Amino acid sequence: MADNQEPKNLQDGLERNIFALFLATAFAVSIAGIVEIVPLFYLKSAVDYTEQTDKYGNVKNEKFPELVWERTFTTDENGKLVADKALYRLDKNGKAVAGDWKPGDGVRPYTPLELAGRDIYLREGCYICHSQMIRPFRDERERYGHYSLATESMYDHPMQWGSKRTGPDMARVGGKYSNEWHVMHLMRPQDVVPESVMPAYPWLAENSIEKDFFGTKRDMKKRLSVMRTLGVPYTDEEIENADAAIKGHTEMDAIVAYLQVLGTMVKLDDSKTYRE
Amino acid sequence: MDTIAKPQYDNGVVKYLTVGAITFLVLGTFMGTFAAAQLAWPALNFDIAEITFARLRVMHTNTVIFAFGGMTLMATAFYTVQRTNGVKLWSNAMAWWTAILFTIGLLLVVVTISLGMTTGKEYHEQEWPLAIAIAVVWTMYTFNFVMTIASRNKETHPNVYVSNWFFLGMMIAITYLYVVNGLAIPVSLFRSYSMFAGVQDAMIQWWWGHNAVGFFLTAGFLAIMYYFVPKQAQRPIYSYRLSVIHFWALMFGYVWLGAHHLQYTALPDWTGSLGAVISLAMIIPSWGGALNGMLTLSGAWDRLRTDYILRFLIISLAFYAMSTFEGPVMASKTVNALSHYTDWTVGHVHSGALGWVAMVSIGALYHMVMKLWNTEMYSMKLINFHFWLATIGTVFYIVAMWVSGIMQGLMWRAYDEYGTLAYTFAESVAAMHPYYAMRALGGLLFFSGAAVMLYNVVMTIRMANAKQTQQAEAHA
Repeated sequence: MADNQEPKNLQDGLERNIFALFLATAFAVSIAGIVEIVPLFYLKSAVDYTEQTDKYGNVKNEKFPELVWERTFTTDENGKLVADKALYRLDKNGKAVAGDWKPGDGVRPYTPLELAGRDIYLREGCYICHSQMIRPFRDERERYGHYSLATESMYDHPMQWGSKRTGPDMARVGGKYSNEWHVMHLMRPQDVVPESVMPAYPWLAENSIEKDFFGTKRDMKKRLSVMRTLGVPYTDEEIENADAAIKGHTEMDAIVAYLQVLGTMVKLDDSKTYRE
Repeated sequence: MDTIAKPQYDNGVVKYLTVGAITFLVLGTFMGTFAAAQLAWPALNFDIAEITFARLRVMHTNTVIFAFGGMTLMATAFYTVQRTNGVKLWSNAMAWWTAILFTIGLLLVVVTISLGMTTGKEYHEQEWPLAIAIAVVWTMYTFNFVMTIASRNKETHPNVYVSNWFFLGMMIAITYLYVVNGLAIPVSLFRSYSMFAGVQDAMIQWWWGHNAVGFFLTAGFLAIMYYFVPKQAQRPIYSYRLSVIHFWALMFGYVWLGAHHLQYTALPDWTGSLGAVISLAMIIPSWGGALNGMLTLSGAWDRLRTDYILRFLIISLAFYAMSTFEGPVMASKTVNALSHYTDWTVGHVHSGALGWVAMVSIGALYHMVMKLWNTEMYSMKLINFHFWLATIGTVFYIVAMWVSGIMQGLMWRAYDEYGTLAYTFAESVAAMHPYYAMRALGGLLFFSGAAVMLYNVVMTIRMANAKQTQQAEAHA
């Protein structure tokens, strides 16, 4: 075999050794990820990133402190994680009621009912037709509101920015319509918006949010604690009471609770430039 | 030399994957057509949770991309790796396991999505147990492929042929991106929460999302092009040098593009711009590759008149060239401001998916059916009929989406003489109706073509099997 000598050049060498070709290719495909993705975890100056300062979930935003709801976490005498402000509380009947957060106080984790509602939002694939990312254009500002900021989805595992608007953007839909409107709309969209091509979701009103697939329990305690592992700050008490907080609610209640909080967390100042 | 010249290849698993791919093509295009009809006539949702538009759309993408595309890639890779290296598969048993587990896995993916189990990450909806299973099967596929090449006779086959490079690149990139994007913590058997959130999650999702296009749907199918176009045309590939450039530019360049899906979002501006710039640069290798395939035919263009399979392969390259031009245009910031969030994106995806991926696959699948069963097709006329159904269907689809997409974009940003928004969102939805109906018609045409193909292939196989039994009886 005359031509089976030493490789003529690098390319020829790679073509003769499949394992070398494997490594060279793996190297070529990994550069982009390193350049484009890795810095996003570290670059704080570029956008409105909110910084996580410890593993309990204490956060800080030096540039725009109003973006994020700050509370101080400590451990009590029993070693439980507690905070100076409550996300939600249980009243004496064991029903979940609002805690110390008010709309506009800044980005906070979802309450158990909102998080369960978000799970329904994902299950029904709402993100296929609705975005949650307003761009900095005049028409989007008038139609949907202030452009979206990075901090606003910092607790969204996964994000729901979406890629298509078959229906309108949802990023700031919270508070724009009443709860009753949302229920009517989800039950039969065309009754409220005749032009709509959205499917109806009547089963949401019938299904209990406490149940998950095949009648299994929707374990909110587990879900909140996994979220905490991922860096979403909840106190031990908030995790402990998570199952009680969704008790007696339907899937409809949960998804409406989620929709109604979207975009209401931060009060953005129009005179400020949050992004270059 | 004469004994090893024509080694007996492992054909069984390739046959299985070929028929499987065609079946999934019929199934997936049916789902797509039905979902398209739901957008035109929402009553077709029938208030049945399992087939509401959003779930059906995800079932459709998973069936066409991963089930049809994946089985085509497995069939063609197992077919070509043996022939370009002159050896049998490293492990036929492992290939069978790969094929069977992949089929079961993808069927389960479709069923679970229909039930509402999803990660909520676009193009990576498979929940964690299935995602892990798919990653394992994919690794088996890659391992078997690499080991088959490694086991070639280096005297007779010193250099690895170009189609194998592209398959290899596809396998590596897909494994790497799929696993990173899939990192999550389970909260139950049916649900997990992504490790990443917000901006980082968005970038990682589109880094995967665009490279499901760039590697799964491009590099893999370019591998098909580099083997089947020269084979069907019976001429060597136009330029070896161009394939080297095409390969390395694609491997290095494609991975950067994901960021162009996030222009004007909360993602830092430099990332989106970087994605757009490299998108623009990618026109050069993409067109180089398309030309490399097309010019392979130079001097034999008349064969397009008689060879219907070659028609599929060549028109696929035309669509490839068109959509790799359209993509960078849409990635540029000015155009993206208009096109993003509209049907234009959907149209662009389908000019690539129907025009390029499906057409090149169909050409390769017909070619393989004839070789594997060692027969002529049951009906050449039906292939021609399929060709026209597929081509007209694709054109209908993308024209409808161009018009509706650009119209949507313009309506959303239109102002009246008082300086207020001219249209409500609902008005823009109503204006889309005729185009959604037209798109459904395009889909129906394409689906009908796929159904014709399945019929033609089934009849061909029956004919071939009958002939074999006859011959066997004649011998006995």
